[in-house]
Amino acid sequence: MSEVLTFKLILVFAVFGITLLVAMYSTYLERKVAAFIQDRVGPDRAGPFGLLQPLADGVKMFMKEEIIPNVSNKTLFIIGPCIAMLTAIMAGVVIPWGGTLEINGTQYNLQIADLNIGILYIFAVVSFGVYGIMVGGWASNNKFSLLGAIRASAQMISYELAMGLSIIALIMITGTLSLSEISSMQGGGIGDQWNLWNIVYQPVGFMIFIICAFAECNRMPFDLPETETELVGGYHTEYSSMKLGFYLFAEYINMFTSSAVMSTLYFGGYNFPFMNDLGLAPNVVTILGTVALFLKIGFFIFFFMWVRWTLPRFRYDQLMNLGWKVLIPLAILNVAITGLVMILTQ
Amino acid sequence: MTLYAFYFLSFLAVLSALMVVFSRNPIYSVLYLVITFVCVGCHYLLLSAEFLFAVHMIVYAGAIMVLFLYVIMLLNLNKEDEAHKSNYLRFAAVISAGLLMMVVVAALRGAEASQVDFSTVSNIGKVKVLGNLLFNEFLLPFEIVSILLLAAMVGAVMLAKTHMKRTAEPTHKKNGRASVANQNITTNIKELTK
Repeated sequence: MSEVLTFKLILVFAVFGITLLVAMYSTYLERKVAAFIQDRVGPDRAGPFGLLQPLADGVKMFMKEEIIPNVSNKTLFIIGPCIAMLTAIMAGVVIPWGGTLEINGTQYNLQIADLNIGILYIFAVVSFGVYGIMVGGWASNNKFSLLGAIRASAQMISYELAMGLSIIALIMITGTLSLSEISSMQGGGIGDQWNLWNIVYQPVGFMIFIICAFAECNRMPFDLPETETELVGGYHTEYSSMKLGFYLFAEYINMFTSSAVMSTLYFGGYNFPFMNDLGLAPNVVTILGTVALFLKIGFFIFFFMWVRWTLPRFRYDQLMNLGWKVLIPLAILNVAITGLVMILTQ
Repeated sequence: MTLYAFYFLSFLAVLSALMVVFSRNPIYSVLYLVITFVCVGCHYLLLSAEFLFAVHMIVYAGAIMVLFLYVIMLLNLNKEDEAHKSNYLRFAAVISAGLLMMVVVAALRGAEASQVDFSTVSNIGKVKVLGNLLFNEFLLPFEIVSILLLAAMVGAVMLAKTHMKRTAEPTHKKNGRASVANQNITTNIKELTK
């Protein structure tokens, strides 16, 4: 028992570290992808290929002067970025990062907590994320920050609805809310059992989910809470130094977790094609599966960046119209059609 | 372990509930209320009612409190422009709160401590058990509640819609969208300042 507990503790720290590392190198990747799309070189001064750039950025963030406006609410001004960071990191707990490792006859599950309501937990954490932005934006005592915070909250609540509805059709197919069960349902190889990834059954649901993920992460084309052209810097206008860094970092962590959730729900999670036909030892398959999951996550992070540097920003009324008048009816239709098909095929 | 967690959560829940009442700044009150909801949600988790925990977090702590915060931030209530309540009102509030407490205490005193069968309690909050109960035993109440919620939703939409029609319709054809938006904003400001 204690062995499993120590393993879980190590896993918690590993997931924490990897999350921060991925978020750190996402900033580097973002700049490189932007450079590639705009036909530039991008950061290449610090280290080979500019690989030390994130470290340099981090040092810069820490060394900057920390400004807390006189008219702000100081306590909430400091708590805001902390909440944003905390809620961003919390979601990694329920994601299955791999299958099971067997060491000395003991089974170790590469998932920190297998809650039987895994998806709902993620929704709960996501809905908490908006507090960081709202509290920070209000505490700044700045009109632009407040406008950004209000936009963020309205946007997140609106898109959470469509996101939840798009998931319902998936849950109807899988019959479970547990992320580990959803993952293992998509496994298999040609030899024994052949299971398709959920994207095949739920293409519309996935489209709705990924659009909502963009809105929930405040990413382009839905980064209305921090529109530079209208709101100076949006909710983090007054922030400087590492507090600003926390907000930016939280955005990248959110991107990482939503990529992980998308890979788990729709793209087979830690499963990869022919995984049971290769004739490898179970431990090797597990490790390869974790690598496969991270490759999928990497693709989705790249996709986030690709879209950012391809599509222009939406107007706020367009954003609301898309959320309420297009995505929610489409998601309900998707649920209805899925139910109909399930009844007819049974 | 569970007992200590229970005591800790209860302490935190009661403390933050008191802070909701005692803090001067309404924003602090809302944030303390969020903490209270989180603590109550964790109590559900201790009772292994995981589904209830998640729904409580999403709906109460996540959605409803965000809307509370939203409204309070927009109203920007400060100490200076807080309406002075007369002593008469305060007196009435204390008496009604005392009466409510009396009712609650009386109800709790009469209640028997029911025996819980711990062999079934471990999976009583599981989604499957809950779903089977809702869609078999309690199907009719469940459907009635959903219709009630739908009616409330339609009502809210209709209320918003009549308001929009009254203000927006006449100028719409003449001046286009910009003036409609302006008019909406001015009427909203008028209503807020009333």
